[in-house]
Amino acid sequence: MKILICISNVPDTTTKIRFVNDNKAFDTNGVQWIINPWDELALTRALELKEGSGGKIEKVSVISVGSHGAEPTLRKALAIGADDAIRINAEPKDAYFVASQIAAAIKDEGYDMIIAGIESSDYNGSAVGGMIAELLSIPNVSSVSKIDVEGDNVVLKREIDGGSEVLATQLPFVAIIQKGVALEPRIPSMRGIMMARQKPLKVVEPVETESLTEFVDFSLPPAKAACKMVDPENMKELVNLLHTEAKVL
Amino acid sequence: MSILVYTENWDGKFKKLSYELVSYGKGIADMMGTSLIVISIGDVDQGELKKLGDYGSDKIIEVKNGKLNHLINSAYSSIISQVAEKEGATVVILSNNFTGKALAPRVSVKLKAGLVSGVNAMPSSTDPFIVQKKTFTGKAFANVKINSVNKILTLAQNSYGIKETENKARIESFEPQLSDNDFRTEVKDVKKVTGKVLLTDAEIVVSGGRGMKGPENWGPIEELAGLLGAATACSRPVSDKGWRPHEEHTGQTGKIIAPNLYIAAGISGAIQHLAGVSSSKCIVAINKDHEAPIFEAADYGVIGDVQKVLPDLIEAVKEFKSEN
Ligand SMILES: Cc1cc2nc3c(=O)[nH]c(=O)nc-3n(C[C@H](O)[C@H](O)[C@H](O)COP(=O)(O)OP(=O)(O)OC[C@H]3O[C@@H](n4cnc5c(N)ncnc54)[C@H](O)[C@@H]3O)c2cc1C
Ligand SMILES: Nc1ncnc2c1ncn2[C@@H]1O[C@H](COP(=O)(O)O)[C@@H](O)[C@H]1O
Repeated sequence: MKILICISNVPDTTTKIRFVNDNKAFDTNGVQWIINPWDELALTRALELKEGSGGKIEKVSVISVGSHGAEPTLRKALAIGADDAIRINAEPKDAYFVASQIAAAIKDEGYDMIIAGIESSDYNGSAVGGMIAELLSIPNVSSVSKIDVEGDNVVLKREIDGGSEVLATQLPFVAIIQKGVALEPRIPSMRGIMMARQKPLKVVEPVETESLTEFVDFSLPPAKAACKMVDPENMKELVNLLHTEAKVL
Repeated sequence: MSILVYTENWDGKFKKLSYELVSYGKGIADMMGTSLIVISIGDVDQGELKKLGDYGSDKIIEVKNGKLNHLINSAYSSIISQVAEKEGATVVILSNNFTGKALAPRVSVKLKAGLVSGVNAMPSSTDPFIVQKKTFTGKAFANVKINSVNKILTLAQNSYGIKETENKARIESFEPQLSDNDFRTEVKDVKKVTGKVLLTDAEIVVSGGRGMKGPENWGPIEELAGLLGAATACSRPVSDKGWRPHEEHTGQTGKIIAPNLYIAAGISGAIQHLAGVSSSKCIVAINKDHEAPIFEAADYGVIGDVQKVLPDLIEAVKEFKSEN
C-alpha cells in the first residue's frame, strides 16, 4: 500500500495578518512557513500506520504545489519521516488549479490512500482534497477523525454535523482529515533532519490548467470596542446588559 | 438560469442552517433576477418540505431513495450536479459545515464551477461575480472573483439572517441516475448526539477551559447551558485531557462557531481558541486573571473565580427567566 499526503505550505498560526499592494496581497514579510497543521497530523498518522503495518505499507510520500520557497516545508516533512517528496513547480492559484496539478501528477502512480487536510489555515478553501477525488473519479471520505488499516481494509471514523460514523471504503480513495487522526504532530528528530537531506525531493513542472477564482482584495475585521467589565458580585447586571444592551437573551 | 440551494435535514427535520441557506439563495436570486430552486435529499415529509417555501424558494425538489440514508459524497454530489444541470442553475449554494465541505469540491469539478467557501455576505456584484469570504481562520476577509460561468458557494454558518416571504413553492420529486461507482464507501455504524443542542446550530454556547480545573466541576456549565437552551463547548486542552468529549472542542483545530452569545469560563483566549469563536456576536469572559487575552476579544468581562461566578450567574439567569 502506498500513501500520499498533500502538504499545504502556510504561515505559522501566530502570524500577524497584514496586507500590502493596496490590500491586494498578503504581506509575507518575516513570515515563518509551516506544514498546514492538519497535514502535519495526517503525516503523523500515516507514519504510525506504516510502522504498524509489518511492511504492508511500503511508502509514505508527500506532495506540494508551490514555488521553490515551499521546499523547506517539504524537507521538514521528510525529516518527520516521509520517504520521498514531490514539488509541483507552480504558485498555487486556486483550489481547482492545485487539485488539477496534483491529480495530473499522481494519476498513474498507484497511491492507494491520498490524504488532505480539511482546510489550509491561510485561505480556508476546504476544497483541494475533494476536488482531487472527483478529478480521479475515486471516493472521498471527509471530516475524518480516525484512520485504521485492518488487513487490506481501511476503516475510518468521520464526524458529521451531529454525531459520527464508522465507514469502510474501497481503494484508492482520498481521506480528508481533521483533528483526532493523531494526537500530537510528530517532531523531527536530529537523525530525521540529517536523513532528510539524502531523501529524494522530485520537482515536476506543472501541466496546463486554468484557475476558476481569484482574490480581489483583503480586509481586516473592524477593531472591537473595549470589553465592558462587570462587577463579579453583580451577575444580575450582566444578565440585564445581555438582555437590554447586547440583546442576546 | 436559476439558483440552487442544497438543504440539510436531521432526522427528517430541516436544520436551522437550511432556512438560512434558502434566505441567502433568495437574496442572490433577487439580485440576479432569477428563480430559486432548493433540493432536499432523504426522508422528509411533505409538511416539512413545504416549510422551505416560507423563505423564498420557487421550487422544492425532493430526492428519496433507500440508499441515500447516509451521506455518500459521490452519490450526493452527483445528484446535486444532475439537478443543477436539469434546472440550468448557475449558482449552487451549500453550508460551510462538514456536509458542505464534503460535497462542494466534487460538485465544483463536475460543473466546472469556481468554488468560494465560507462566504459571509451577499455578493457585492454578480457581473463580475464578487463575494466576500473569511480567511486566515477568521482573522481577515477577502473579496473573491469567480471567473467561470457556473459558481458554487458555501455559506459560513450564522452569517446571514433568516427572512420569511410569501410561500408560492411547488414540490417536485427527482429520480437521479446513480451507478455502483457512486457507492464505494459504506457506513457501518452511526453515533448520533441526541437530546442535546448541536454545537454548530446553537444560538448560545457555554464553554469551559482549563480554569474549570477538572471534569467534576462541569455541573454549573451544564446547568447554565440547560437554562439558556445552549450547547456546551470547551477549549482544546480540556478535550485533549478527556475532561469533555472532543466534539465540544472549539478553535482553529476544532469547531468554528458563530453563536449569538458565547460564554467563556476559565479560558485564557489563546489565538487558536479565538479563531474558532471570534465571529460570535457577543462574547462574555469569566476569568480570574485580568490580563487574560480573552478580555481583548470579549464584549463583557467578569474578573473572578468561576467556582463562585458561575453559580451566581445561574441564580441571576433563573431570576431573569422567572420575570420574563
Ligand atoms: C497549532 C495549534 C492549534 C491549536 N488549536 C486550538 C484550538 O482549536 N482550540 C483551543 O482551544 N486551543 C487550541 N490550541 C491551544 C491554545 O494555544 C491554548 O493552549 C488553549 O486554548 C488554552 O486552553 P485554556 O484557555 O482552556 O487553558 P489555559 O491557557 O491554561 O487557560 C486557563 C485560564 O483559566 C483561568 N483560570 C484558572 N483558574 C480559574 C478560576 N478558578 N476562575 C477563573 N479563571 C480561572 C486562567 O487565568 C487562564 O486564563 C492550539 C495550539 C496550537 C499550537
Ligand atoms: N498547494 C498545495 N499543495 C499540496 N496540497 C495542498 C495545497 N493546498 C492545499 N492542499 C491540500 O488540501 C488541503 C485543504 O486545503 P484548501 O483546500 O486549500 O483549504 C490541505 O490541508 C492540503 O492537504
